[in-house]
Order: sequence, then C-alpha cells, then structure tokens
Amino acid sequence: LAHGAGGKATQTLVEGLFVEAFRNPRLAPLDDGAILPATGDRLVLTTDSYVVSPLFFPGGDIGDLAVNGTVNDLAVSGARPRYLSAGFILEEGFPVPDLARIVASMAAAARRAGVEVVTGDTKVVQRGKADGCYINTAGVGLLDRPHTYTATAVRPGDAVLVSGPIGEHGVTIMLARGELDIEADVASDTAPLHELVATLLDTAPGVRLMRDATRGGVATILNEVARAAGVAVVVDDAAVPVRPAVNGACEMLGIDPLYVACEGRFVAVVDGDEAEAALAALRGHPLGEGAALIGRIGADPPGLVLLKTAFGGTRIVDTLVGDPLPRIC
Amino acid sequence: MTAPVRLRVRVDGIVQGVGFRPFVYTVATERGISGFVGNDAAGVFLEIEGGTEALAGFLADLRGRAPVLAQVDRIDTERLAPTGEAGFRIVASTHGTGRAALISPDTTTCAECLAELRNPWDRRFGYPFVNCVNCGPRFTIVTDVPYDRAATTMAAFEMCLDCAAEYADPTDRRFHAEPVCCPSCGPTVSYAERDGRPEPGDPIGRAVRRLREGAVLAVKGLGGYHLAVVADCEPAVATLRRRKQREEKPFAVLVADLAAARGLVEVPAAAVPVLAGTARPVVLLPRRTGALIAESVAPGNRDLGVMLPYTPLHHLLAARLGRPLVLTSGNVSDEPIAFDDADATARLPGIADGFLRHDRRIHVRTDDSVVRVFRGRPMPIRRSRGYVPAPVSVGWEFDRPVLACGAELKNTFCLGKGRRAFVSHHIGDLENVETFQAYRDGIEHFCRLFDVRPRVVAYDLHPDYLSTRYALDRGDVELVGVQHHHAHVASCLVDNGHTGPAIGVAFDGTGFGTDGTLWGGELFVADLAGYERIGHLAPVPLPGGSAAIRQPWRMAAAYLDIVYGGDLPDLAVRRRHERDWDSVVALGRRGVNAPRTSSAGRLFDAVSAILGLRDTVTYEGQAAIALEQAVDPTEQGGYPVPQDPGEPLRSTGFDLVRSVVEDVRAGVDTGRVAARFHHGLADAVVGAAAGVSERTGLTDVALSGGVFQNVVLLDAVVTGLEREGLRPLVHSRVPPNDGGISLGQAAVAAHAEPV
Ligand SMILES: [Fe+3]
Ligand SMILES: [Mg+2]
Ligand SMILES: [Zn+2]
Ligand SMILES: [Zn+2]
Repeated sequence: LAHGAGGKATQTLVEGLFVEAFRNPRLAPLDDGAILPATGDRLVLTTDSYVVSPLFFPGGDIGDLAVNGTVNDLAVSGARPRYLSAGFILEEGFPVPDLARIVASMAAAARRAGVEVVTGDTKVVQRGKADGCYINTAGVGLLDRPHTYTATAVRPGDAVLVSGPIGEHGVTIMLARGELDIEADVASDTAPLHELVATLLDTAPGVRLMRDATRGGVATILNEVARAAGVAVVVDDAAVPVRPAVNGACEMLGIDPLYVACEGRFVAVVDGDEAEAALAALRGHPLGEGAALIGRIGADPPGLVLLKTAFGGTRIVDTLVGDPLPRIC
Repeated sequence: MTAPVRLRVRVDGIVQGVGFRPFVYTVATERGISGFVGNDAAGVFLEIEGGTEALAGFLADLRGRAPVLAQVDRIDTERLAPTGEAGFRIVASTHGTGRAALISPDTTTCAECLAELRNPWDRRFGYPFVNCVNCGPRFTIVTDVPYDRAATTMAAFEMCLDCAAEYADPTDRRFHAEPVCCPSCGPTVSYAERDGRPEPGDPIGRAVRRLREGAVLAVKGLGGYHLAVVADCEPAVATLRRRKQREEKPFAVLVADLAAARGLVEVPAAAVPVLAGTARPVVLLPRRTGALIAESVAPGNRDLGVMLPYTPLHHLLAARLGRPLVLTSGNVSDEPIAFDDADATARLPGIADGFLRHDRRIHVRTDDSVVRVFRGRPMPIRRSRGYVPAPVSVGWEFDRPVLACGAELKNTFCLGKGRRAFVSHHIGDLENVETFQAYRDGIEHFCRLFDVRPRVVAYDLHPDYLSTRYALDRGDVELVGVQHHHAHVASCLVDNGHTGPAIGVAFDGTGFGTDGTLWGGELFVADLAGYERIGHLAPVPLPGGSAAIRQPWRMAAAYLDIVYGGDLPDLAVRRRHERDWDSVVALGRRGVNAPRTSSAGRLFDAVSAILGLRDTVTYEGQAAIALEQAVDPTEQGGYPVPQDPGEPLRSTGFDLVRSVVEDVRAGVDTGRVAARFHHGLADAVVGAAAGVSERTGLTDVALSGGVFQNVVLLDAVVTGLEREGLRPLVHSRVPPNDGGISLGQAAVAAHAEPV
C-alpha cells in the first residue's frame, strides 16, 4: 500500500475492496455522507477506535473487533444497532491481502450483527507513523424501548450478572503476541451482543444497567457503577466464571481476570427479583451459556466494589490507575 | 520566709487518668503550698501560692516525681497576685472547647492491683477487672474527651458506694481512676460453649479445663478477641492453624511470668524491661533448645514471640493453667481481629470451641504490639496496644495540623499537631474492607480525641494504595504526596530526634518510585524536606507483578536470567520449576506484567529460593525470614562486593547472586551461604554509605524499611558503620516497616516547601 495516493490508487482500493465487501444501497453511491431513513425512534450514536496488536489472533482480528465493539456499545445502551461508519488509518506498506482479510471479517461481522457499513474513510500514513492498521467505527442504533440504562438506576438489592466467562479476549491478545512461552487453549470472545441483550431485556424489564466489559474488565465496570450510583457492589469470587485455561494463564501472567478485557461479554445489573429469570434468559442464548450471577448491590460502603473470597475475607477491588503494580511492600 | 508568690501553672502531656492530681495534692501538701489543681480538656491547670523556694521545689517535683504513667511534656507558668488562700484542694473538671489532653495507652496491671488480685482478704480478690489510676484499660475504652468515666465504655457500670468512695478520695490510689470497679459493681466474665449457651459456675476454671482438653477458645482481651490453645500440645495448635487458615506464620505465646518465659526463651537483661514493662508487647526472643512448645507454634523459627499477662484476666488464666498458651488474633487469616461482641459471636464459632468473654465493651480494636530487642533497645515490629496513643514528640513544631495516611499494608495513620505526632494503632492491610472501615473510623476518632482538623494531608505516591485513594477523596485540604522510601528514612530520622540531612538507607519490599520503577534498595541523602537518590540496587523485573512476590522462585528466575542469561548452570531451583521457568523468564525479558524493581526484599527472596528455603510464601516476608533464620552464626565471612562509587549498590545484587550460585554448586552448607550473603550485603551498604560520607561529610546513617527487621543484617550493618566512624540511626519508637511510614509522611509534609 502506497502512502499519499489520494487519487486513483486509493479510489480503486476503496471501490474495489470496501464497496464489494460492505455492499448495501446506502454505501453504493460513495457520496460524502450516507443518507439514512429517519424514524420516530430515539437514535443512539457511539464511536470507538480499535488499536490492537497483533491484528490477527485466535478467535478474531481487528476487523470483527471494530464491528462487534461498536455494535456492543449500542446494544448495552438498549439500542438496535443499524449503521456503522468505518475509518481506516493504514501504515504505508501495509499488505493489501491483510487489509482484504480484515475487511472481509468486518463484512462478515456486520452481516452477523445485522448492521450496514454505510460510510467510510481511509488514510495512509508514513511508515513508522502507525502500527499497521487502526480502525475507527461509529455506530447508529435505534432505541425503541422506553428505558435508558444508566448507573444511577442501580439500587441496593439488585443482582449483578455477567453474560459469560471473563478475561478471554485480553489473555488471548497477551499470549498471541508470541513473546511468552505460554501455551493455552484460549480464544477471543469477540461477538455481537445485541441479540443476547434483546433476549435479556424482553425477559427482565427490571434491567437497570448493562455495560460491555472491555478495557479494565469487569472490575473497572463495577467500580464505575459503584461510584456513579453511590452503592456497594459485592461480588462472590467463587461465582465469577473464568475458564480454566484463562485462569491458568492469568496465574502465570500474575494478572487478575477481573481486570482483563472482554469483547463479547457484558455486565448487567438487574432488579433482584428478576435475577433468576434474567439468568435463565441469558443462558438460553448460545452467547450467554456461561452467564452467571456474580454478586449483589448493597448500600454500604458506598462507592466500593467488594470481593468475598473463598477464605471468608472481603477484599476491596479498586480501579487501577495504570498498569497493575504490586501494593505489597 | 520570703513574701508569698502565686503562680498559674499549666501542665501538658499525659497527665489525665494517671493519678496526676492526687500526686499534685500530695506534693503541694508536703511543701506547704496552697491553691488548687484541676483537669480540663487541655490538660492540668493549677494555681499555687507559697514561698519561692517551696514553689521551685514543687515545680521540679512535677517532672521528677510524676506518677509512672504520666508524661510531662511542658510546664507553663504565669505570675498572679497572691490571694492569701489557705490549704490545697482538687477542683472539679471543666469541659472547655480546646482539646489537647492526652489519653494514656492501656497499661498492664500494676503491682499493687496484682497484690489485691491475689489477696484472699481483699474485696477484689480474683476479680478480673481490678485496676487503679496507675493501670488498666484506657485507649481501648475511651469514646471521647475529656477523659472521664462518662466518655468510656465503663459508663455502663454504675459505681457501688465503696468504689465511689475510693474514686472521690484524693489520698486513694483510685482517686479519679475512671475504670474503677469491683465484683459488686463492675464488669463480669462469663464462659459459653460454641453454641453461645452460657455455662454457669466458675468461668475461668471452665476455660482452663477446656484448654487442657485441647479446645480452641476465644478470649476477650483489651483490644479484641484472641484465639487460645495450650502451646505445648501439637494437635491443639494444629487444630487452631487449620481452623484459622493460617498455615505457617508464627503464633505468640502467653506465659504466667518471667520465670515461665525463661523456660521457653533466652531473656537477655535488656529484654526484661520490655517484656515485663507496662506495655506488655509480644517480644521476639531466641527459643531455648528443648523448650516445651509444639513445633507448629512457630515452625522453622529460632525465635519465639512471648508475652506476659497484661490484664487481671490474663493473669488469672495463665496462673491457673500453668502452661504456655498460644494467644493469636481472633480472626480468620487476613481478616481484622474481632473486637465487637456480636461480630465475634458471628465470626468465631467456626474456629472457637468456647468463649471466655466479658461485658465491658471495647471501643477501639487494638492488636498486640510486637517488639524485637536490638542491642539493648526495643525495636518495634508492630506498635499498637500498650504504646498507642502516646504521641511521638518530634522536636520541632507542626505549623499546620497534618494527617498522614500511611501505606497499604501494616497501615498506621498519623496526626501531627504542635510538637507531637500521634501515630495510630496498627490498622492492618487496607485491602480488607473491614480494615478500611476501621481506618476511616480510626482517623475520625483520633481527630476528635486530639482535636485535630487536618490542613495538610500526606499520602504515598502509589496510585493504587487505598490510603492514597482516601487522601485524594478528601479534597478539602492541601495534599502532599510523599515518596515511600523518603517516608521510611524520614520516620527513622524523627524516631531518633533528628532532622537531617543524613545518609538514608531504605531497604524494603517494594514502594512506588518516581521513575516508573518500584524502589526498595535505596541509598539517599535526605532530610525531612527532601531527598536525593544517590544509589540503588540495579532494577530487575518482577515477573508477574505481585505473583513474583508470592512466589520468590520467580525472583530467582529474574536474577539468574540477568546474571547468566542463556548460560544458566544447572540449579535445583530451576529443576523444581522446569515447567514454568521459561515462561517466567520471558515475562521478565518482554516486560509483560513485569514492572522493574530495585527492591532489597526481592533480592532476599531470590536468594532464599536459590537456596531452596522458600519457593513460595504464605505470609509477607516469609522467604527473607527463612533466609535470616538459616544463617549459621559461626560463619564470619561475606561475599565480596566491588563498589562503583559513581553508582553505589548497582551491581551488588548481581554480584551476590553469582557468589551464592558458586557456593551452592560447590556444595557449601546453606547456613554458611546465608551468612555470607548477609555479610556481603551489609558490607555493600557500609561501603556505599562510607563513600557518600566521604563526599558529603555526613556521618549519620538512617536505616529503615522492613528489611532492617532482619537483625543479622542490621547488626552487620551497624557494626560496619561504627567501624567506619559513622553513626547508625536505628528505629526504637516506630517500626522500620510500613507501620512507620505515616510518621515519616507527616514529618515530610510538615517540612515540604509549599508548591
Ligand atoms: Fe516500605
Ligand atoms: Mg467500546
Ligand atoms: Zn493498679
Ligand atoms: Zn464497686
């Protein structure tokens, strides 16, 4: 791929690769803006940039990550994801076959999620100014449910659920860098969550809040909830689902799965009375088979996430300011 | 006779609840002085009238003859017109607004009370709560100031006529002894089996019988519940370990008296005043060979923590049992000690077979203090019951009130005001939520007791310490971040009445550095305002972050990889961890969750694992303790440590590891290797300090950080420094470990240049 080819080359690339892969009537004209049908629903707009190394890893690549991540941000807002934009920043010399592979998996992910990529952009920057390929996606979804799902709705007595085993994506990425001699049977959990979310919302109208557990993992999400809602989140360590392979890798790496990113899991806080129904609904869907009730919302102490350990102790699980640094002197 | 003079006098210090007014009354009467004395929220006030000579003698007596528990910090006088008043009287307490009166620490039963306890004709014979103005509970029962009975948990017990008469009699030992009580009006002891059903009859007798059967009992003491088992019965101690989920960390042992202590441990003369003094800490002393103690009390440890009784209840229990008793905190491992009755009833039945308890409420949870004796002076390992809340006088003035938030583990906090630093009781590891609550409550309690509204809040630079979060969440004050090892060195300076500049050596586990690495093997030039990092051990990766701290063999891998790279000779430690070795090395090489650290503690870990002493630990510092315990005292040699004056200590860790490996491969005995390592490291420290001294002219060397709890290392360093004509400063008032951090932070915050 050549840098600065604003004219013919880029045009050919865009037309040849993207239009073909994302084929839909709103993208086809290649106008500066996509024209979308407006409805009486509320719109939800979100955007996220995807930077991951390596670009290809067990279970996925940056392409499906860029689609699923934005789809999931829409989904946990309660919206039905509809349209995406895709912006690429490519490093000069990036192999076209790799780009084709990424675009193909984006297209597949978009089809799976039922969204259309309706507009896009590509920039090629000088060698060394970027690491291969970065993708930004923005997403538009339709919110036709009466609720909004925000942390301030959370109250004591609510139940905390996760939609599946945690930590798989983050551990996969760390191991996929290939620098460590660690063998583990793990793959990214990247997946579109909108159907699973819809199943949950149809069953449990008392859902207060959903968050996809990406950067900072479940622990970080729960801390945001605890602080925003002024509640205590009390998690039962033994109830948190972690696959043995992930657990083993985390032990070797010395990291806590609670802080590891997922790309296909979300945390839901649900009215305590609906916890069992919500859990059953999640488990009834293929992407929610491993869902679990991991804790409860309490009143005290406000703003803290507590982990009940197997030894009967209660540990504070705080947000990490940066990389995890030992606190043991 | 000269014309009479009248003075208004204020006495500051620990002067309430210690028999100060009756003492004043006695001395005044003796010297024919008239006037009055009273308590207020700030301390003791007097007006005295008499001849100049009598008054001078009286003022000298205030310091020279003060009661045992009193601490007179300051006497201010002001001249008044004589009134011709006759006689001396004690006037009622006044409750002003300014609060500065000091609360005394809890104090062991005095000799006179002990005599009453043992005297069949005394009305308090065998009464487990006998106390007087010279002894008894204080800090743990005080709920507010000024210190009088209404502001203690004794408020629930109304004095009988006999007690009230003693309380009101200025000539009585119980004059205004706030916790005064007797069998007819005071608290009572009861015994219940695990199910909570009270058992009638003699509770202590029942407890003794159950202990002899090997039962685990919960015993309510001064600052919380203990768990107790007979210490000379292996199955009983093993049961306690299993139920408490405490695998190896040593237990402390209570014995009836000094003679019984001498049966178990060597008690050098210097240790006697510590062991048998008023604070009654657990004292770590060399275990006697053949001591009748179950092996699992302190597995693999040459020392034993011994404590003498500090309440009448413990005296009665120890005397009637006639055997050493394990006394450990009433909790499951890592939890804070239970002190609330309801909490104990909820938490302890899984561990305890029975409860020996009483109905006097504990207001502040306070753990037993732990002390080592180094060269005839006490070195606190944990400063808590018996010492707190006596202030550390700092020798300079806090111009604004300071709250120092302390570290994360072994947390204490500290309030600084005037010329005093109030270092809190041991709070514990903040990560535990009950501990964190106790921390926040404790800060509020101290602020109220000592009337401090902090204007400056000092905290550690580690962004993830909960104490840091607490400080940043306060937001109502000036915040001062203090580097961890600067706080260590500053605490040692203050401990020694020093302000610096001095050479500072801070050796500990890990603390947050200012260059993105974790520090812990540091050589500073420092004063209370700032520091310069002159040298440090070369950083090595911590492969897997805190996993590397729980698994010292990872530190061995990290060090060996740097020293030998791909040419690692065949070593047992590597063979024991063949499966994971390369992965751990890769973590370190790639810097994946492998922050770099110059920690001295981690160097001990690496050597401990290379020697096969500890590959993993179940409590903090275990590998380093094992290495210290392994030292063969007959080995005088030390590994050579070449010094690069430009970068002192830099290559020390690598040189030592290489020497250790060579000796291990040559089959040298572990005890000798351990000794040579300690001596080599000590030589490196001494050499580095001497180099700094040569350049700067500084001769004081502050030794701080948890690694200096290791007395083999400390002794070698102190000896070496003295040989070089330098003056070592060692801790004797606050611990060298993170329990002392808060004092250092307070001092630094008080001296820091405003930004
Ligand atoms: Fe430290
Ligand atoms: Mg996102
Ligand atoms: Zn007494
Ligand atoms: Zn009485």
